Amino acid sequence: MTERGASTSAPRVGGFERVTGAQMFTADIAHDDLLHVALVHLDCGRAKIESIDVSAAGEVDGVVRVFTGADFPNPMPRFGPRFKDRPVIATTETKYHGDPVAAVVAVSRASATKGAAEVKVTYSELPGVYSIDQALAPASPLVVDADIRPPDDPLAATNIRQTWEWGWGDVDSTKADLVLEETYEFPMVTHFSIEPHVFVAAPEAGGVAVWSSIQHPYILQKTLADLLGLPIAKVRIHAPDPGGGFGGKGYPKYEPLVAMVALELGRPVRLVLTLEETFQAVRRTNARLHFRTGFSDEGRLLFIDAMNDFLMGAYADIAPRVISKSSYFAAGPYKVGAVRAKVRGLMSHTTPSTAFRGFGAPQIAWAIESQIDAAARALGIDAVDIRLRNLAARGEEIVPGDKPADGDWAQSVRIAAEKVGWTQTLPPGHGRGIAVGLKASATAGSSYCILRILPDGSVALVAGTSDMGQGARTILTQLVSENLGVPAEQVTLVMGDTAVVPFDYSTSASRSTVFMGSAVVDACGKAIDDLVSRAAQAHGVESGEVVFTPGEVAVAGDTHTIPEIVARIFGSVPGEIIAVGTSRGEGDAGHALGGPAAFYEFSCTASEVAVDPETGDYELVKHVTVADVGKAINRQHVEMQDEGAAVMGLGHTLMEQLLLDEQGRIRNLGALDYRIPTFKDVPKSMISVLVENGDGPGPGGAKGSGEGGLLATSPAIAAAVTQATGAVITDLPLSPERVWQAIQISKHNEERHDSEDS
Amino acid sequence: MSGESTIGLTVNGTRRSVTVPSSMTLLEMVRSRLGMTGSKECCSEGECGACTMIVDGEPVNSCLILAGEADGAVITTIEGIGNGGMTRLQASFLEAGAVQCGFCIPGMVVAASALLERIPDPTMTDVQEGLSGNLCRCGGYSRICAAVISSVTRGDTDD
Repeated sequence: MTERGASTSAPRVGGFERVTGAQMFTADIAHDDLLHVALVHLDCGRAKIESIDVSAAGEVDGVVRVFTGADFPNPMPRFGPRFKDRPVIATTETKYHGDPVAAVVAVSRASATKGAAEVKVTYSELPGVYSIDQALAPASPLVVDADIRPPDDPLAATNIRQTWEWGWGDVDSTKADLVLEETYEFPMVTHFSIEPHVFVAAPEAGGVAVWSSIQHPYILQKTLADLLGLPIAKVRIHAPDPGGGFGGKGYPKYEPLVAMVALELGRPVRLVLTLEETFQAVRRTNARLHFRTGFSDEGRLLFIDAMNDFLMGAYADIAPRVISKSSYFAAGPYKVGAVRAKVRGLMSHTTPSTAFRGFGAPQIAWAIESQIDAAARALGIDAVDIRLRNLAARGEEIVPGDKPADGDWAQSVRIAAEKVGWTQTLPPGHGRGIAVGLKASATAGSSYCILRILPDGSVALVAGTSDMGQGARTILTQLVSENLGVPAEQVTLVMGDTAVVPFDYSTSASRSTVFMGSAVVDACGKAIDDLVSRAAQAHGVESGEVVFTPGEVAVAGDTHTIPEIVARIFGSVPGEIIAVGTSRGEGDAGHALGGPAAFYEFSCTASEVAVDPETGDYELVKHVTVADVGKAINRQHVEMQDEGAAVMGLGHTLMEQLLLDEQGRIRNLGALDYRIPTFKDVPKSMISVLVENGDGPGPGGAKGSGEGGLLATSPAIAAAVTQATGAVITDLPLSPERVWQAIQISKHNEERHDSEDS
Repeated sequence: MSGESTIGLTVNGTRRSVTVPSSMTLLEMVRSRLGMTGSKECCSEGECGACTMIVDGEPVNSCLILAGEADGAVITTIEGIGNGGMTRLQASFLEAGAVQCGFCIPGMVVAASALLERIPDPTMTDVQEGLSGNLCRCGGYSRICAAVISSVTRGDTDD
């Protein structure tokens, strides 16, 4: 059959509910007999818990019970996607600012909060590890409890959790005309989903039901089954569409805690994090990237010698994957003869970092793209030209032996340059920058769905993707509608309930359109095959005489609608056509990442800024993103995602950074003190262009999308600021203060050179 | 325990009488006591706008107002906009592609409705200023602006 995936801007499925307030997010769902949970945490980064006195809290009106570590199994159960290192609740030691030590359960949220304030914790503050330097200092305390690490772990006496070394070619013997060396810092930033994380649990049918604002309900289901000793079938996860996820709602956080509390009390309990608590729960992995690169006089990138340190946090969560996968592509989308990337994943007494849109690639792009720009300036080569000279062409390998470039990436660069007006004369005080980013998609993983053609020809699709704003419901509805020829209004999507929806590995890595989309196309194909063979049987003709085209079935030359055919097939006893769609990436055990990427997400950003040299403040005059998406199944949705990613990229580029004090406390907790982009920070002109060459593995040649727009934001804007001012900045965010300081340093250096020259 | 009081107010055109603890916010009262969950809670400090309601004609952050302070007030929440359907503004949000995860959108719609009451024919700057207290982490700002403006211009052409 023909795979269909026409570019349309079909209306958003779930749009009406979202503009009218009818959309039910996790905290909106009512539960009978509900109890509320408030967490207790300490006002420091790391502490030894001496004792916890819950008596006063227990007397607060409405408080039902206070749980501390002593109320949970001993030893404390631990969980985590990479290492089982995160306890359900802290027992002897808190490991980051916000690590909960007690949970107060009450009849109302107000009572729970009041009770939490009455829990008396006696603790002694301990020295902590709050920075990359501290994590590497030999005298620093160890973050990971000794019993967590394997006895033969050679790194057990350090705060290095894991190291990786990637590369090819001979870096040391590669000769270069120009060698650059610089260190780049990418700060801690937090996801700041507008929906704070919500966790609800209730005993159900000899097991537990959990409602969570989670992206990966099946990983949560498995985690809880393991922790609670329950069959997977007895753990039911309800996953309402999250109100923004961005990676931060991927892996389990406090679901084990609320599940155990609910089972103990025999009642439903709900924990709604405050925004401040979400800052303490999730963040991007901050990094220091030391890059030494060699270039020829013509601007050919000859070698990369990178030493990257990533600060993971108190528990590893999925950060080791963030670090290893992004650094594996340390050469970005370029063809480089020799690469060596030595990478360390460091533990610290800070919020556990996790997946965050871009998954390490923005950190890598900040370093490599800044180096390319420095080389262009030193060699007198145009910033567009130097990229075009080094980008891998379609079919050329970027990592030897691995999946080759799967797009015409130079095309995206040319479009971005044209759209930003690259060759036009700049007004005084203005500068332009261009940069590219590459993110490898999901590798192994599987998605299943069930497609039901109902007696009247309408369709129910049961699919496990989480629609967290990317519009998965719309895309999957479109695929069903186009492949079967059933109007979108007659398609219903069932998602977010592991008791009825089949397995989907995750909603991450921009995988849903490709993986779940392919499963849906597979299900459509199987349903059509079944329909055709049953139609032939019902009409007493050979299968070859039945021809399906979307919306119509021709039997021996006579055309019928799908409902007519379904009615004929089943006669007076109702029935339905049921098909299971499957999409599996089997992976490759011998591959460094568990398998090659299904596709690459390539993006180019070009930006024009106007800088006020007196203050360092600058305005974004024009901001262009070009995304190579293979095929946009819904053009409007893809553009929305791409623009949104660009705005998010402006956040970590211009203003965002979690600030810790010397006691490891986050000093800018909350929306007042941690600024994200607002209406006033949006560039005057924003342009999003999609490149559609049909060269992806998804339906109609689609690749995943939605992360690309933020991969290269920082280096593009930094290059523009440099062109406008001469100031080179290597640490994010590019705040006006930092730009102003860099301008002063740049001026000072120029004056010194001038006096040396004279 | 703090005291309780009974307040009377008009919510989306209906007179309501509610007994609330003195510490309960208007947002919490509307969500938990009236069962209208369209208004959202995020920052709880008046910075994100997800809880925006119109109180006596003015857009306010309902997380910052005690329910008791709203005694006698006339309140419009997202549930009171559109009458079971969609206003032109709400339809424009969808047409412009201004809705991603949707969590901020009720607050945006309410704030934009209030803005259009005040300035029926806003400029882009008016919209940016008028909605500057509403955060959207999905980054849909340009399209939200476009939606508000097109809801007005579309009205002109339709009439």
